[in-house]
Amino acid sequence: MSAEGAIPTLVRAAPEVSRRSFLGLGERQRRALRQFRQSPLSMVGLAIIGVLLAIAVAGPFFVPYPDDVSGALNIKERLEAPSAQHLFGTDQAGRDVFTRVIAGARVSLVAGLVVIVLAFTVGTLLGAIAGFFGGRLGEGIMRATDIFLTIPDLILAMAFAAALGPGLFNVMIAVSLVWWPGYCRLARANVVALRDSQFAEAAQSIGASRGRVLFTHILPNAFPTILVKASMDIGFAVLTTAALGFIGLGTQPPTPDWGVMIADGRNYLREAWWFSTFPGIAILLTVLAFNLLGDGLRDVMDPRARRRF
Amino acid sequence: MSLATYILRRVLLIVPTLFGVSLLTFALSRIVPGDPARLAAGAQATPEMYEQIRREFGLDDPVPVQYWNYLSGLFQGDWGRSILSRRPVLEDLAVYWPATFELVLFAMLIAVLLGVPLGILAAVRADRPADQVSRIVALLGVSLPAFWLAILFQIFFGLRLGWLPVSGRLASLAEAPPTLTGLYTVDSLLSGQWATLGDSVRQLLLPAITLSFPAMATIMRFTRATLLETLGQDYVRTARAKGATERQVVTRHALRNALIPTVTMVGLSFGWAMGGSVLVETVFDWPGLGLYATKSALSLDFMPIMGIALLYGLVFSVINILVDVTYGALDPRVSRA
Repeated sequence: MSAEGAIPTLVRAAPEVSRRSFLGLGERQRRALRQFRQSPLSMVGLAIIGVLLAIAVAGPFFVPYPDDVSGALNIKERLEAPSAQHLFGTDQAGRDVFTRVIAGARVSLVAGLVVIVLAFTVGTLLGAIAGFFGGRLGEGIMRATDIFLTIPDLILAMAFAAALGPGLFNVMIAVSLVWWPGYCRLARANVVALRDSQFAEAAQSIGASRGRVLFTHILPNAFPTILVKASMDIGFAVLTTAALGFIGLGTQPPTPDWGVMIADGRNYLREAWWFSTFPGIAILLTVLAFNLLGDGLRDVMDPRARRRF
Repeated sequence: MSLATYILRRVLLIVPTLFGVSLLTFALSRIVPGDPARLAAGAQATPEMYEQIRREFGLDDPVPVQYWNYLSGLFQGDWGRSILSRRPVLEDLAVYWPATFELVLFAMLIAVLLGVPLGILAAVRADRPADQVSRIVALLGVSLPAFWLAILFQIFFGLRLGWLPVSGRLASLAEAPPTLTGLYTVDSLLSGQWATLGDSVRQLLLPAITLSFPAMATIMRFTRATLLETLGQDYVRTARAKGATERQVVTRHALRNALIPTVTMVGLSFGWAMGGSVLVETVFDWPGLGLYATKSALSLDFMPIMGIALLYGLVFSVINILVDVTYGALDPRVSRA
């Protein structure tokens, strides 16, 4: 076979690899999607998240008792057991627990997402700087993460929340302030591992600036494991903001917050089990769903890591 | 590096971290919007009373002076005063720490005693029904909100069935055992007060089980993963090839090596359980550091929170050193660089 014959074969092979389906997905993405779909638990997680998102967006418009979302009072109907009128029963002010659990989805998911976006952005940026440039700045950043990670996160979040004052916005800030170090460490470790790789060196040798090497070559490759962590953490962020609400350091009444609802129900354990139970199930499902999603994503994006479940 | 030098170096490294913790929590205490002296004085306080409280807590000095006073006080055993309890923070910590330690210790005992064997079972029966059940239990274990699980336990085991008490360290009229360690179970055992021992164990059960759940789940899945990995090693194949029974292979060859990384996980879980105890103590009215932290945070009483953060930082750092030393002792391949 002549050399001229071999080249066209190579040229013909190339489009095969990058052929795109009508969805605009390449071969690699399609394989990843197929892998994700083969894991039933991940699909369950995704389905629950889909439902939760739909509820968070549209829920408040379809709830049976829109007035109960905030501070309505129907003392005549207080602490009624679950029935056809009130699927999840009513609370101490006679408000429909089902309505308030549905309305709480928006509060919880917004809190979870905002916390993770803030912690992810700040943590990854600082971690990337520490890993890529190193030096005194990098050392300083990492020592700061040590300090944050030495204090149990809930205690630190409580301290931040107490110092900032109550309210949903402050709780989101408090929890992000506690969570950025986790992302910082992970981002630094990934960036250090990639800093001396051949593609980074190649980019630098053709004249790319250091910032360009970091942001367009190294960081995109460092993202997958960080994203997997983020997807799992959304659930735990929902849990932590609810815990702060439960303690009384978070969202304040009458905002429908799952943690606050559980705390209110604590005073009526003997006569109204439903009051605390249903908001708890909502938190459980949310955390569970993001855990399942994260595990599925890990299998796809970070095949070397071992599964957690 | 010798073991003693290694430990000494690690212990010395705790100092700058704790210094950072003190700086962070102090800074936090100064951005509090409310005025702690006003809170402590109460609504009916006269301006003179208010001024006196400000002086008593050193709140009228410039901020750097306040930090310097706080820092030098730390070394002299003066960790500030709680505005709420009006007692020195160090005294409060000494009272509340044993309760938290007892709770976390029992929770970790439950977590290890259940988590490790269940993890082994899941690995030996990998991908069979027992493993699937353990997978679901583990998922629930890390996803269940501790404060909610605690309430469900109270409703079910406490109020419905009436089996177990739902709050406190002792039944309401019982007398605490003489203080030796501060752990009621240990103290009553040592002094032979069997009724108190039974009582304190019953009080401990629900909070300890609640707190053990996430740790048990993590330890179980971690044991499973490391054991499965070890079972794929060459020396395990060799053991099988020379005719060892499956039980021998698992217990004598694989398990010993597989459990080494689990030590790390147990240490980490201990730290997490300390954080988780905040919520469990709040629900079960368990008079430990977590409940103390919650009450202090709610009343913007920052001196106790700063003390708790320091104490937890210290305990966490010591646990980390213990874990690393144990790991090195169990696995000679690990270097102490």
